[in-house]
Order: sequence, then structure tokens, then C-alpha cells
Amino acid sequence: MTVGLDYNRIIDVLPEDLASGAVAFEAHGLVIQPEVLTGIAAFLKTEPGLELDYLCSITGVDCTEYFEVDYLLYSLKLNHRFTLKVRLADRSEPVIPSLTGLWLGAELQEREIYDLLGITFSGHPEMKRIFLWEGFSGHPLRKDYGHGH
Amino acid sequence: MAINTEPVFLNLGPVHPSTHGVFRMRALVDGEVITDIEPVFGYLHRGIEKLAESKSYRQFLPLTDRLDYVSSMNNNMAYVMAVEKLAGIEVPPRAEYIRVIMAELQRIIAHLLAIGSFFNDMGTFFTPFFYMFIQKEKITDLFEMVCGQRLLYNYMRFGGLSHDLPPEFIPALNRFLEEMPSEIKKYERLLAENEIVLARSKNVGVLPREMAINASAAGPVLRASGVKWDIRKDDPYSVYDRFEFDVPTGASGDCYDRYRVRLEELTQSLEIIRQAVAGLPKGKVLNPVPLRLRPPAGEVYSHIEGNKGELGFHVISDGSDKPYRIHVRAPSFINLTALRNMLIGWKLADAIIIFGSIDICLGEVDR
Amino acid sequence: MMAELLLLPASIRSELPFGYWWHLLIFGLGIISLLLTSVIIFIWLERRLVGRFQLRHGPNRAGPFGLLQSVADVIKILTKEDIIPSRADKLVFWLAPVIAFTPVVLMLGVVPVADGAMLADLNIGILFVVAVSSITSLGVFMAGWSSYNKYSLLSAMRTVAQLVSYEMPLILSMLGVVILTGSLSLNEIVRAQSIPFILLQPAGFFIFFTASLAEINRTPFDLLEADSELVAGYNIEYSGMKFATFYLTEYCEAIVLSTLTATLFLGGWQGPWLPPVIWLLLKIGLVFCVIVWVRATLPRLRIDQVMGFAWKFLLPLAIFNMLLTSLVVILWPAAPAWASGLLNLGLLASVVVVYAKFFKPGGKTVAA
Repeated sequence: MTVGLDYNRIIDVLPEDLASGAVAFEAHGLVIQPEVLTGIAAFLKTEPGLELDYLCSITGVDCTEYFEVDYLLYSLKLNHRFTLKVRLADRSEPVIPSLTGLWLGAELQEREIYDLLGITFSGHPEMKRIFLWEGFSGHPLRKDYGHGH
Repeated sequence: MAINTEPVFLNLGPVHPSTHGVFRMRALVDGEVITDIEPVFGYLHRGIEKLAESKSYRQFLPLTDRLDYVSSMNNNMAYVMAVEKLAGIEVPPRAEYIRVIMAELQRIIAHLLAIGSFFNDMGTFFTPFFYMFIQKEKITDLFEMVCGQRLLYNYMRFGGLSHDLPPEFIPALNRFLEEMPSEIKKYERLLAENEIVLARSKNVGVLPREMAINASAAGPVLRASGVKWDIRKDDPYSVYDRFEFDVPTGASGDCYDRYRVRLEELTQSLEIIRQAVAGLPKGKVLNPVPLRLRPPAGEVYSHIEGNKGELGFHVISDGSDKPYRIHVRAPSFINLTALRNMLIGWKLADAIIIFGSIDICLGEVDR
Repeated sequence: MMAELLLLPASIRSELPFGYWWHLLIFGLGIISLLLTSVIIFIWLERRLVGRFQLRHGPNRAGPFGLLQSVADVIKILTKEDIIPSRADKLVFWLAPVIAFTPVVLMLGVVPVADGAMLADLNIGILFVVAVSSITSLGVFMAGWSSYNKYSLLSAMRTVAQLVSYEMPLILSMLGVVILTGSLSLNEIVRAQSIPFILLQPAGFFIFFTASLAEINRTPFDLLEADSELVAGYNIEYSGMKFATFYLTEYCEAIVLSTLTATLFLGGWQGPWLPPVIWLLLKIGLVFCVIVWVRATLPRLRIDQVMGFAWKFLLPLAIFNMLLTSLVVILWPAAPAWASGLLNLGLLASVVVVYAKFFKPGGKTVAA
């Protein structure tokens, strides 16, 4: 049975500089600042006892005041999971660091979120649209897309 | 004397008899060897995730069939389980068992198709494909008996199923269960040790274990690379924890291992169906659920072991009758992350085989 | 009357007025018409047979048992527009199908349909067959070159490479038969087969059959015209009747090589009670059915595996076969048939076992 890790357990072992980026604790995952994302993800991947080495899925959500990107991480060996959430308040130019340095599996999913939601992932080797054609204007999955387009 | 050669851009174009749908790969080819490849997605993008936001939960259910159109029962099951978890809906035990039977029958269909196409790509001119289609037709007839459809079933509902099994279903299923094992043995005997099959697929398109985990591969692709991870065993859902079955894994992650993992999984699926039929309880198959479902605000991620990997639905609700956001964790799409690494260095003729052995379905890749 | 004319021994020819020209006319027309008719029948046979292998009916709508299916296909192809690429080399483009098709028909000129009944009883029959069969690859290359299409040129080059590689084992396996007979004339070879040479030379038969499958671009060596290969072959720019000629060439080659197999290894026209022509046709049909059987069953090889198979396996085996046959003929001329057949089979078995031990199957990559 895959166990969802309690965020307290994560907070207790995080080093000080990364733990300061934790903004809120929610039942569904740990909300962190975008700046500490790569650091916390790398820590979670390698820390013995956590070893969350499998990036299962990345979801982008347009919550009307902000953007949210959810990262679902698994540990195949220890059979537990954890979710990281990053909230971006800047709706005009949302930027978040890319996780392609840690996981190859982030590559296509981040391109999809860029294509459909307009969130740029800095450090991604090929940040361009994936489903829609080059030259398409707008990002369809946003809540304000479609009005007068 | 140095010969001046130039790499050539070759288009393994969207319309192609072997690329399992409309998928395009732009390959940079040096002579016969692929030096770089760029997959081009989006030819079947229909905006299903955006459509979800303007339909009610119940109206979205038929759209899930069309994600991976080869494995409609599995898609239904994953979505229905996600919404049931979100809204706290109970499912009667008979419906759970029937769901498992349908999901495993669907897995058999999808694997038969995958194996048949694998041999087709190798050039056996449809003969194994037709042999496997005979068995697939029997399962399709079973599905038609239950819900009247042959490809896109839309069979599962929130709180159970749409129809109960007709009385002629179980005898027909038992007949199928009796004759299938000998058919699987036939497929193995005919082609598994064939010299040409081995030469074309052994050590071809190897996906090492570390890269498989790093690239978020799932399903038979991950298992063939040596990682024993099956959600039915490691995070059991529905009533899978009541059944005994094995999880076949491969050793080296080449095309041959992926084929063998799928072949072995056929036997395991038959075993699960047998146990489910033996333990099938009586009772109703649908718990009453309001027509306009309004789950409480919140989010849920629920996953199943689909035939191509981990199929997950991330459903976010804001309390209204339309979902706020539905994200599909599509296994075919994510399995393609490692495509570039698997193809570089191989010859053009291998590209089709390696691509076919990942076994993708374009409906899921592009959504 | 036709049958008697066909069965006339060669000496009768001189008695008729313009005897030699009658002989040429009858045999020439007979070969061409028989070849073209049998192509129609063999296409039908192949499609029905492949259908049966795949547990389904073949075509059965056009005419009884689908017999008119090939006719319908021919009519369809003839009514298609003949498109020539604007920058193609027009003369070479036009000539290529002709040059690919003609040698195939020529090869049938030296095949006996009865004792002494053939178009030309050359005493260098085998040499003629070998020489003429090489011209087809020239036609293929002309097609690829003149299309002004880099994919068709690449594919034509690979086809020619394959054709040329497999000619060596083909010729050497024919030489085994020639050594046993002592003559290059096909008529003599058939007459020397009191026991069919397939029993005396199983290794030679295996090499000849495999090499001829490669010569006619059939599975398992058909990657150059396969659906799952991207570059669709040297005839990608051809349409209409020119394409039909290439298609015809492929089937005619299959028939001609079946004929050669039947003549060299299965005893040609020999057989009890039925007329010799019927025996020859039956044997051709049998070999063709085996070719179709192989096509319906086996997957195809990659180009480097195809070349490796020719040069590293078939060629050494063919050389050993020729060596062994020569030694047996010289050192043990009174060998009973079963002994020399057994020796040959032993050679084939030992080479296969040795190769299986030392060469493991499996793809090899090229470091990018």
C-alpha cells in the first residue's frame, strides 16, 4: 500500500535554508516557494529514508488568482509518495525552475504545461509548444481563454 | 580518401502504416544510422482536459473512453474511481468484482494488439496479428453482450456499473478462459524463439533501469527494465488485494523483454479473471447517485494500472457540478520521454520496432 | 497438336519448311503467354494462400473464388495515370522497367519443358542464366537513379547491394549441381536426375532457395519494399503501366526462380504417367507455395543482417559445398547416392551448428 508521507516528517529533516521556503501545509501536499523547488526536490530524491526517486506526474492548475503546479513524487523502493505544490502569483509572466536536471520525465510534461497554461520553466532544454502549433497565440487551459479570442 | 557525407533529415511522417496513429518523428539520419530524433506531438490533440471544465462529471465519462481508445474499460475505471473517492461514493461488491473482470479482459485485448502490432512491424505480414485478433474478437463479443458496444464501452458509472451481466456472459467467459491458455502457448511456440525475431529485437532499444525510473516510464516498459512496480500489487485499488497473481519483469529492457512481459501478463490476467469469477458475489451493481453530482470542494489523485502504465486522474473540484480541473496522467505520453534516448544510434529499420514496442496510443498521448 | 509440337525432339525441326523459325515462334509465344497467364494465376494463388495461412478467406468477391481479382487489379493499374517526375531522366526512366523485365523472360528460354523441348538447347545453359539474371539489378538501379528522388536512389543502392551479394551463393550452389552432372546444359542436368538433386545436394538446395528468395526481394529479405520501411523502394516514383511492369517483374522472377529450382533440384519434367509439361508446372507450383509459406510466416531482416547473412554464412557454406561435391566426385566416383547426399546434409548440419554456437543473434548499435 503506498503511504502518503506526512509533511511534518519532511519538514523535520529538511535543511534550514530549504525549510524556509515552505509556505503552507495542506492535506494534499506541501506548498513551497518556487526558488527552493529544485533544492527540495533534489533533497527528497537522494535523502535516505525518503528516496522519492520517481516523478509520477506534474499538474498545472489555473486557480484564478494564481497558478499552481503540483509535483507528485513516488519512492518505488520504499513505497511512499509525497506532493509538492508551487504557487505563482504573477499571472502575466509566470516562471518556475525546471526539474529536467533531476528527472528526464519532467521534460514533456513541463512542455505541455507551458503550451496549455503559459507557465515558463526556466532551465528547460526545449521550452516550446508541444500540442499546439508554433504561432498559436494564447494558452487554452487558462480560465480567461476563449472570451473574445 | 575521406568521403563527404551529409546527414539527411527524414520525416517518419504522421500518416504512416506503422506508427500506431498520427505521430511524427523527424529523424536526422547519417546513412542508415539515426543521429538525432525529434518527436512531434499534437496531431490528435482534442483539448479533452479543457472540455472537462464545461461538462458535468457524468458528461465527461464518455470522453474518457476516447483517451486510450484501445483500453476504454480501464479509462472508465480510473475516472470513476477518482470521482468516487472525491465524493465518498460506495460501490457494491458485485460491481467491484465485475469491474476487475472487465479491466483484465481489456488488458488482454490491449496486450494482444500490442504483441500483434509488434510482429507486424517486424514484417510478418499480419499473420500473427490475425491469429491474435481471433481471440480479441471473442472478448469483443463478450463486451458486446454486456454493454452493446465493441470499442468505446462507457460501461462504468459512479457507484457501480450501467448494466448487470446477462445470463449468457459467465458461460461464454468460462469457455474463453478454457481455450485462451493454449492459444498463448501457441503464440509462444510459433514466434518467441524465432531467429529473426530474436535478431531484430534482442538488445535492441535498451532502456536501462536507471533511465526508466528517471524518465518516469511506467507499465510494461518499466517492468521490462527490471523494476518490479505494479500498482495492482503495490497500491491495490478496488478488490485487487483479494487475488493472487505474479508480476512479470524483464531483465534487460530491450524490445524482446517488453514483448515477453506483455505475453506473460496475458497469463496473469487470465488468472485474475478466473479468481474473480469464482468469487463473484450476488447483489446489485449500482448504488444510487444523484444525477447532477456535486462532490465537495477538494482534490484527489487516483490511479490504476492501465495496460500501458499508470493511468491517473487528478480531479480538482470547487463544489459545483462541473469539475474545476481534470488532469490525466497519460502513461503513453510519459513513456515517450525516453524515446529519444532509446532511438539514437540505431538504424532506421529499428526505429519502427523500438517505437512500436513502447506501445503507445495516440489518443492518450495527445488527449 | 500443340502438345505434340512441344514434345518433338530437336531433330524434327529441320524437316519442316522454315522449321527453325516455327520452333522459335511457337516456343517464344508459348513462353511469353504462359508466363503472363501464370502470373495472373499465381497472384491469385498467393493471395488466397496467404489468406488461408491467416485463418481467413482470401479475395472471394471478384468472380468465383476470387479468380478475377487479378484481372480487376490489372485493369485498375492500366487505367491509372502515368506520372513522370518533371526532372526525371526520361529515357532512363522509361527504359528501366523494360530492362528489369526482359532478362526474366529470357531465362525461361533455356528451361526444358520436356526432353529436348526448349527454346534454345544451349550447352552453356547455366552460364546464360547466370549472365542474364544479373541484368535485372541494372534495371533496378536505373529506376532509382532516374527518379530524381534521393530516397528512391538510396533504396535502389541498397537493393542492388543485396542483389549483387546474393548472386555469389546462388551461382556457387548451382555449380554443385553442375559438378554432379558434368554439363552446363539444363537439359542434361534434368536428364541426369534419376534421383532428384535435392536429395543429393540438400545444402545446395538450401543455399539456392535462400539466395533466390533474396534475389526476388521476398520475405525475409524484402525490407526494401516493405510497408514498415519508410523509403518505399526504388519504384516510388513509378505509376501506371510502368509500375505494373515492376510488379509483374517481381512475380515473374518468383516464377522463373521456382522453375529453376524445379529444374535444377527437383527433376524438372521427370515423373510417371502425367505429361512432362504438367509435371514441371506442378513442381513450379509447389516451390511457389513454399515461397508464399515463407512470406506469410517469417519476419524480415534488417539490411545489415541481410548482408551479413549473405557474406558470412551463405558464401562460406556455398564454397564448402562446392569443395565437398568436387572431392566426392573426384575421389569417390562410385559413391552410392545416399552416401553423397548424407555427406552433403552433414556439411549443412555442421556449419549451422558451428554458426549457432559462435554467432549469437541480437542487434548491434553504432555509437552516435
